Amino acid sequence: MGIETLLFAAEEAAAAAGSGSALPLMAAITVFVLAIFVGFEIITKIPPTLHTPLMSGSNAISGITVVGAILAAGAGQGFWAPTLGLLALILATINVVGGFLVTNRMLEMFRKKK
Amino acid sequence: MEKQSLIDLAYLAAAVLFIFGLKGLTHPRSAVRGNLLGALGMLVAVVATLVHQDVVGYGLIIAGAVIGGTIGAVLAVKIEMTAMPQMVALFNGFGGGASVLVAGAELITKDPSERSIAFALTALLAGLIGAVTFWGSLVAFAKLQEYQAFKKPIQYPAQQWINAALGALVLLLLVLGTMYPQYAWIYLPLVLVASVLGFTLVNPIGGADMPVVIALLNSYSGLAACATGFVLENSVLIIAGSLVGASGVILTQIMCKAMNRSLVHVLFGVLAPAEGAPSADEVYGGKIKAATAEEVALLYDGARRAVIVPGYGMAVAQAQHAVRELADLLESRGVEVEYAIHPVAGRMPGHMNVLLAEAEVPYEQLKEPGDVNPQMAQTDVALVIGANDVVNPDARNNPASPIAGMPIIDVDKARTVVVVKRSLSPGFAGIPNPLFAMDNTQMYFADGKKAILDLVAALKDL
Repeated sequence: MGIETLLFAAEEAAAAAGSGSALPLMAAITVFVLAIFVGFEIITKIPPTLHTPLMSGSNAISGITVVGAILAAGAGQGFWAPTLGLLALILATINVVGGFLVTNRMLEMFRKKK
Repeated sequence: MEKQSLIDLAYLAAAVLFIFGLKGLTHPRSAVRGNLLGALGMLVAVVATLVHQDVVGYGLIIAGAVIGGTIGAVLAVKIEMTAMPQMVALFNGFGGGASVLVAGAELITKDPSERSIAFALTALLAGLIGAVTFWGSLVAFAKLQEYQAFKKPIQYPAQQWINAALGALVLLLLVLGTMYPQYAWIYLPLVLVASVLGFTLVNPIGGADMPVVIALLNSYSGLAACATGFVLENSVLIIAGSLVGASGVILTQIMCKAMNRSLVHVLFGVLAPAEGAPSADEVYGGKIKAATAEEVALLYDGARRAVIVPGYGMAVAQAQHAVRELADLLESRGVEVEYAIHPVAGRMPGHMNVLLAEAEVPYEQLKEPGDVNPQMAQTDVALVIGANDVVNPDARNNPASPIAGMPIIDVDKARTVVVVKRSLSPGFAGIPNPLFAMDNTQMYFADGKKAILDLVAALKDL
């Protein structure tokens, strides 16, 4: 185990990922690191007064898992993928729809002025 | 290939929309638009996925979307603002649960020969983090909802040992599953142990520490989505998950700094009064002055500057509208009114702000301790409603206190302090508050909402 295994894994993944949208491991890690930096830059500028909508809004965004759920539920074959996918889709959709709506409700309150 | 490129471009557009959406939250003016951009980003990502070549079973998708969408919409529209923290916790948990299921589905369907070490690792991580998030969030929901069984941490022997054992076990399974990707079934016991861990980690956390835990769980759900993104080799999941993960971590840090306790201490420590600490009787004995609504109203007569410090008690008493009425009345009499919001007041970051916004308090009046403290000496009346530990001078003056070092709102430096409370019961830290016994403090013993409404009536009579 060690760095060689990781590099080998990266090569494996890159090879297996030859078709279509698959993101090679190193590119994925790069995206991950950059996204973390972007996240820190943006979030640290959000004032405490908006922290609750931030939690609610970022929580809604974390429902992006719905994309994975659609891929699984829509596989059209096998038993487990569609079943687990359907369950995941229900949960993720509640997360997304509920999350954005609740955040909107909260933010509307901040809009009204005396 | 062309269609796939279009899909990838759409994913990128979605990620950009998420980023701009979060940017919108940097100011109340742009916040609503920001949220809409985020929702648009989600829509783009979903539509792009629907046209993916691997997606054929549209019937199931429509069913799942309709069921989930309806439940989510109904919950979001019907809940009261005061139930906001638990709603966010619940939705958060569902997201974590979805990650577990999606990673699991991918594990099952992926050709065993294509299971690389990286694939196994990220799938196991998605399952681990997602399970902890799901069950932890459910426990948080139950605590915030104040279900009978969860009002106090459920006690069982050797709690810390069990936590340590579970943690070690989950790590072991993670390592084993990564080293031997051919044994995909390891995912099952991993998720099981992680689920129990989710429960045992959140169970001991008490009321006022909930803001930290909720922020942490929020970040976990993002990390779980991120890990799922690695599993599916999907960039928009990775990006969105990282944004949310970062957001949660920052909020957690802010909460911990605001309480002057480390995260480890919050999760695993127990708050206990120091040995030989003065008892409530010693602190309060004979020094408590109780005032009536009329007496408090007189305090405001001729006042130029007033500060209101809300706490969780205000949420419980649903007094935010009454408080706003009081503030309006004071302003009409020429008093400058500001609200001092402590970062950990309430059960969620920004909890007090949301409640006061619901009561239509202009957001310019909501101030942080750093803004209000320097002018406390020129403040005529500081009204504390439902807050306790965040205005306890022991945090500043007494190094032996369990809350020593925690930044507080220095109401004790105001000319007069009025504390609205139902009784002398301690706050979350379980310690007496010398503020109540100070010379310039009046206790106003009543239910929060009634107290403020009576005060408003008395002020009108002046």
